[in-house]
Formats: sequence, C-alpha cells, structure tokens
Amino acid sequence: MKSITKFSCFLLIIALSACSKPAEQSNDNNVVVSTETKPVVTETTELNIYSARQEHLLKPLLDKFSANNGIKVNLVSGRADALLQRLESEGQNSEADVFVTTDAGRLHRAKTAGVLQRVESQVLTSTLPAQMRDPDGYWFGISQRARPIMYVKGRVDPTQISTYEQLADEQWKGKICIRSSGNIYNQSLVASMIESNGEEATEAWARGLVANLAREPKGGDRDQIRAAVAGECDLVVANTYYLGGMLMGDVEEDRTIAGQIGIIWPNQNDRGTHVNVTGVGVTAASDNRDVAIQFIEFMLSEEAQSHYALENAEYPVVSSVAQSDTLKNWGEFRADALTLARLGELNADATRLMDRAGWK
Amino acid sequence: MPSASLSDKTSWLPNDNRGWNLTSVLIALLISIPLLVIVSFLLQPSNENWQHLWDYLLTDYLRNTLILAVGVGLGVLVIGITTAWLTSMCDFPGRHWLSWALLLPMAIPAYIIAYTYTGMLEFAGPVQSSLRHFFGWQTQDYWFPEIRSLGGAVCMLTLVLYPYVYMLTRAAFLEQSTCALEVSRTLGKSPWGSFYKVALPLARPAIITGLVLALMETLADYGTVQYFGVNTFTTGIFRIWFGMGDSVTAAQLSALLLLFVFFLILIEKYSRGRARFHHTSTRYNQIKRIQLKGWRAALACLVCLLPFVLGFLLPAFQLSVWTVMTAKTSFTTDFLRLFSNSLLLAIIAALIAVSLALVLAYSKRLVATPLVKTATQTAALGYALPGTIVAVGVIIPFAWFDNTIDQWLRDHFNLSSGLLLSGTLVALLFAYTVRFLSVSLQAVDAGLQKIKPGMDDSARSLGLKPLGVLTKIHMPLMRGTLLTALLLVFVDVLKELPATLILRPFNFNTLAVRAYEMANDEKLALAGAPALLIVLAGIVPVILLSSVINRARAGQQP
Repeated sequence: MKSITKFSCFLLIIALSACSKPAEQSNDNNVVVSTETKPVVTETTELNIYSARQEHLLKPLLDKFSANNGIKVNLVSGRADALLQRLESEGQNSEADVFVTTDAGRLHRAKTAGVLQRVESQVLTSTLPAQMRDPDGYWFGISQRARPIMYVKGRVDPTQISTYEQLADEQWKGKICIRSSGNIYNQSLVASMIESNGEEATEAWARGLVANLAREPKGGDRDQIRAAVAGECDLVVANTYYLGGMLMGDVEEDRTIAGQIGIIWPNQNDRGTHVNVTGVGVTAASDNRDVAIQFIEFMLSEEAQSHYALENAEYPVVSSVAQSDTLKNWGEFRADALTLARLGELNADATRLMDRAGWK
Repeated sequence: MPSASLSDKTSWLPNDNRGWNLTSVLIALLISIPLLVIVSFLLQPSNENWQHLWDYLLTDYLRNTLILAVGVGLGVLVIGITTAWLTSMCDFPGRHWLSWALLLPMAIPAYIIAYTYTGMLEFAGPVQSSLRHFFGWQTQDYWFPEIRSLGGAVCMLTLVLYPYVYMLTRAAFLEQSTCALEVSRTLGKSPWGSFYKVALPLARPAIITGLVLALMETLADYGTVQYFGVNTFTTGIFRIWFGMGDSVTAAQLSALLLLFVFFLILIEKYSRGRARFHHTSTRYNQIKRIQLKGWRAALACLVCLLPFVLGFLLPAFQLSVWTVMTAKTSFTTDFLRLFSNSLLLAIIAALIAVSLALVLAYSKRLVATPLVKTATQTAALGYALPGTIVAVGVIIPFAWFDNTIDQWLRDHFNLSSGLLLSGTLVALLFAYTVRFLSVSLQAVDAGLQKIKPGMDDSARSLGLKPLGVLTKIHMPLMRGTLLTALLLVFVDVLKELPATLILRPFNFNTLAVRAYEMANDEKLALAGAPALLIVLAGIVPVILLSSVINRARAGQQP
C-alpha cells in the first residue's frame, strides 16, 4: 500500500512539474500563461482575446495595436463554437476580455449565451452603420464579406441570372457548385432568404437548388471555384475573400483560375446581395472593459480597416475607408440591408430547412 | 497466490493488492470524468431535434458510419496482416527497409492526407487536368473515381491507420516462438496452413488491438469526413451542436457513440473468452525466413511497397512541393517555437499516458475484480470520441472546479483564485490523457498478457512486493512494449488538433494548430510546411519504434 502511494505521488509530481515547465518557458518569451491568481487590481496593460479568426489574419493588427498603445495582447484562436463553449463554462472567471468571431449567427449565439456585455460607446455607434452591429450594443462588426454568385467568364452570360432565387431555375440543372449545408455561410445565406421570402418559399427554393447541383456538396469555397474553372459546373456561390485570396496568393495556378471567374451581384433590384461580418464583443467576464473598447475602436480605425481590405480582400465596415484595387474591380454593389442579428435568430431554422430539402 | 490473483473477492486480497485496486479505480474514475460528463447529458430530456434527426438525418449517418467502419476495418486488416507476415516471415529484396517504412504513414494526420490527395486527384487537380490535356477529353467524356466520397474516406483512413495493425501484428509474429510454427510444420501443415491455423490465432490479441485502435480513430475522425462531405455520426454531432446550437442532443449522440464502442469492446472480450496467449515454452529458436525468389519476391516487394508509397511517399511529396512553393511566407521566426511546443506536449503526454496505463494494466493483472475491469475499460473509451467532444467534456468539469474554489474563497476569505486549471497546460494534458490512454493501455495490456503469471508468483515468493514485480520484472521484460506505447501516444499527440485548439493557454501554438489554421482558411499550400514538420517529427520515433520491434524477436538478446 505504501509503495503504491509513493508511486502515485511520484507520478503526480512528474506530471505537475512537467506541466509547469512550458509555462515558465513561455514567460521568458513574453507570453503570459496565467496559471497564477488573477490580480485584484485591474491590469490595464494587457488584453486577452479569444478569436475564431485565425491567428495569421489577426496578428499583424494586434501587433499594430500593441505598438500604438503599449498594451500587450494575448491570443487564443480556435473554432468559434468550441471557444464559445469554453467562454460559457469559464463563466465570470474567464480571463478573456474580447471575443472575436466570424458570422453574425455566431455573434448572436454568444450574445444569447450571456457571455458578452453591453457596451455603450459614442465612437462605435457613430462610426458603424446600425446594420453592422447588435442593436443592443453586445457586438460590433469589424469587417464585411459578401457571398455573391460567381461564374466562369466566357461560359455563362452574366445577364442570365440576377438573383439567388434564380439558382433554382430549371435552366441551371447540373450547373451549380456550392459547399455543404453544415457550413455557417450557407446557413446564414438561407437565413437571409427565410427573412425575405418566408420559410415555405425558401424550402421550395432549396429543393430546386439541390436538384440543380452539379455534384454533391464537398470541400470549401475555393474548391467550388476550382471545380467551376475545371469545367465541373458554371455557377458557384462563394465568399468574396476566397476569390480575392486566390487572386493575391502565392500559388500561381490559383491566380490563373481566379482570373477566369466573374462576379454577379445578386438581387440588386430588391433586397441586395447577402453580406456578413466578422465581429467582436466584450466578454461579460472582462474587468478590462476600457481596454477592450479601445481595441474595438482601433479595429474600426482607418488603419485597421484598410488592412482588412488590402490583406484579406474583405470589405471595410466603415464606408469612408477606401477599398483595395481587387475590390474595386469587382464593382459597387448593394448589400442586403437586413439587420445581421436576424441571421443568428434564424440559424437553427435555416439548418433544419436545408436538411429537409436534402442539402447535404 | 495464483488463486488470489484470479479471485473476484476483494476481501481475500492481501493488503498490497487492495492499494493497487484503489489506486487504479481512482485513476480510472478521474480519466472517466469527461466521458461521464458527456454521458450525463443522456439524463436530460430530449427535445424536438431528435424528431428532426430521426426524420432526415439518422439513417444517413448510421449507414455512412457503418460502411466507413467496415471498410476501414477490412482495409487495415488486409494490408496490416499481409505486410506484417511478409516482412516478418519471408525474405525478399527491400524487406529490411520496408519493414520500417511501412510504419511511416502513421506520422501523417488523416485530415492532411485527405487534403493532399484531394489536391492531386480532384477534377481541377494536376492528375485529371493532364489526363484531359493529354487525351483531349472533355468534362463528361471520361470517368474518374471521385476522391471526395465515402470510398475516398475509407481509402484515406485505411492508408494512415493500417500501421496500427501492421505494427502490433508484426511484433506478435516476431515474438511468437518459432517452435510452435515448426511443430505445426512437422505435423504436416503447409506454410499457409501454419499461418492460418497457428500464427494467426496466436497473434489474435495483437491484431484485434490494432483493429480496435484503428476503428476508434475512424469513429472519432471529423476532419476527413467533413472535408469529403460524408455525413457520419461525428459530423452529425457537430451539426447538431454547432449548427443548431443544441448541446444536449449533440452530447446525447456522442453518448450513444460511446455506448456503441463500449459494447464492441465487450463483445470482443467475451469472444476471446478464457483463452490466454502467453508463451508456455522457454525454448526459442531463430526464425528461418522463407526465401522468396523471382516473381514471388517481386510480388511481395510490390505488396509492401504500395501502402508505403500511397500512404507516405506521395502525400509527403505533395507537402514538400507546397512547402517549397510557400517557403518565403511559411518559415517565420516562431516556427521553431511551434516545433518545440509540439514536441514538449507530445513527450509529457506520452509519459503520463504510459505511466497510468502501467498502473491500470498491472492492477488489473493483480486483482481482476469486475470493478477494476469496468473502470479500466471505461477510462479507455476516450479514443473513440472526437477531440472536440473530449475537450468539451474537459472544459465543463475543470471550469466548474475552478469556479467552485473561487466562489468558496470569495465567500470565506474575500479572495479570488480565478481560474486555476482551465486554460492551462494541465487541462490540455488531461485531455490528451483521456483521449490517448486507450492507445497506451492496449499496448501495455497486450505486453503484460504475454508474461506468464508464473513469473509473478516466483518473484513474489522470492519476496518482491507487487511494485517490485512491476518495476524489476515486468518493465524490463517489456521494454519494447513500453517504448512502443510511448511512441504511439507521442505521434498521436503530435497530430492531435481539436482538443489542442480549444484548450490551449494564451499565445500557445503547435504545428498542428498552424497547419489547421492555414488549411481551414483554404490556404492548403501554406499548410504544407507545418504539416511536413509534423510528419518529420513523427518519423524519428516511428523509425525508433521499428528497431525496437526488430529487436523484440523472441529468443534474441536485446
């Protein structure tokens, strides 16, 4: 009995000492792994971020923010829904100050889960159009992407289709590529259609779209674009920044492919093209609220907004900021003016609707 | 003593054994917490999403999952056993290097191999494009197998998972006393006959262990099937949880998956019955390999070459191409950090998982009470759960623990401890242990089974305590097994993604995280460099592993 107890203690000590090592090492490199007690006095020089945006997209901006304000930024990036679960479980003791995530649907979910706090900021409400933020001030959009219809130049006459609704027309049988319904971009697109056309009409539309698919949904947005250029389909529904990323990327083959793709801005005569945001909110647990708001304001500054437009081919949410050449080439368009928070409210309905329509 | 070690009544046990009993049950309970958290969702009332599931999704999920599991199961058995037999019992050109090269696919994460093959074989990829170019085919002119399909997923998973069966089976073949084989030959069996009637049944525990590991990994896979658009049980869990925001139904689905695996394992144990697989003879002879000549040698060589080329060489080549293509952007200053973080986590997790496995497996040997058995088996179920679900099962109790202590301190001392364990490496390592304990446990268990119980009795009668038997007798005897277990967990942690992603502390990145972020952003080429590094870091232990197995040849001096 004694020996086994000793043995277990030994194991425990090994385990614990092993665990503490990487944390110490990290500290040498100016990384804070906060295993220690949270200080009672609010630390104003640090900001902790949970982000569903990938690190490499956010990092350059975070570095700028740190350099400008002398605030050290700590980051965990991960899958939105899992991060949200972490935030929820950690509750009032969570160390995160700010939650960054793509898609209004998820921002709404964070709000309803009670992990965000309300922010009232004159600067934020005056710079950001009402549509791009939560009406109650729980989250704010920081960049915008559109999900238009794309076509292969020379193979499709772009005047033949002008709405999402027409994707269900007989004429496009076997000609459309779109990714799976498990993806939130499609869920949000369908949510916007439910809001505009009602559930019944949208379900009929979804059935029509599924009947027109050139292949079972698979892969991401770029894969659909590649498939179209390779001849598997003629029309694709994809987010603009994927096309932009291919145009500006390192891979020559992708650049060639993307060059053959044109954009159709759907529904210009009625509600407008479906858009969505990446947004940010201050966590309910944050005792670092001022710094967090400072960060959101920075993300809306000219500097940060033009970075998004240049580096990631996303649209700025602040209209005064100039767009990059890539974006200008695609032309002006009218965006769906729907309050983005609605996408979140309709997300579950949209997902179930797509299941019923047989959208894999 | 032997009667005590087989007894089901704890009151009979000597004091020493009761300590082991208690410790192992405690460890198993601790490891089972995340699983229990998930299973506890079954107690919550189900909601309308079950109806939706039932109406539109469940049949599809079950059908696909079943086909996937059966397909991968058959695939890994055929490839694993054939190559293991050829490399251990026959001699042909290239046998020597192939025997370790066949392990290499293990170093490639399933989702990475899926990405690379899609890059190569999809409609717009180089293979089909050049075929079209060369023959002047048009889009609809020809048929080409679709890689992103259920069949494709079976192939991808088979290619990276067969090494489990290969490795364990080969080790079993090599450790078999050749006397048994020779006896069967002198009694008139053909070489094939002695393979079917003697070697194969003797290697059965190893084969089944490899198969169970491969199948659990298959059921837990999310990356590959999701990318291929194949809807399985796992993608269903994610869809319900994250698409419909219904954690209860999702956790209930996960719990069902767990129960299913639990019954699979029970059936296996039951079918094995009371059969024991340790050697009864102390006479070992050097194996005489069958010399293959001519077309037989060429065929054997080809059969062993194919899984290596498809499972390793081609994808690694594609990754290298991508790495070169993006070298400028990929190799930033923090790359070395990613590498060292990955290594460190993998090493620590491997040590923990194997230590715990030793305690659990040995106390099961000492005191095989139903409680110990069940506890151990439950603790090993984590391998069949998707990493994200394990992570959620870790987050909930850890956060609860931290918040409870914090609340208590606030109430009584007006102090705040904040989060003690959540968001630290402790939480992450715990998740790894939950997820990968099964791997080390299976290996250690199989190793222990091969040691005759008589050894224990003699050692005990000579005055050793149980711990002494473990450290002085068993551990040296199964040095190879232990190293195998360590390396298996090491490679698995190196590849692990979902739990790392969600549980890691601030500013802590690993190679797998980097590769995922690039691939998820659909910048496949940029995922090349970190993925290649995972593979490289995995190769070293894999080669080590193979030399260990080679030395484990029965009757040979280590």
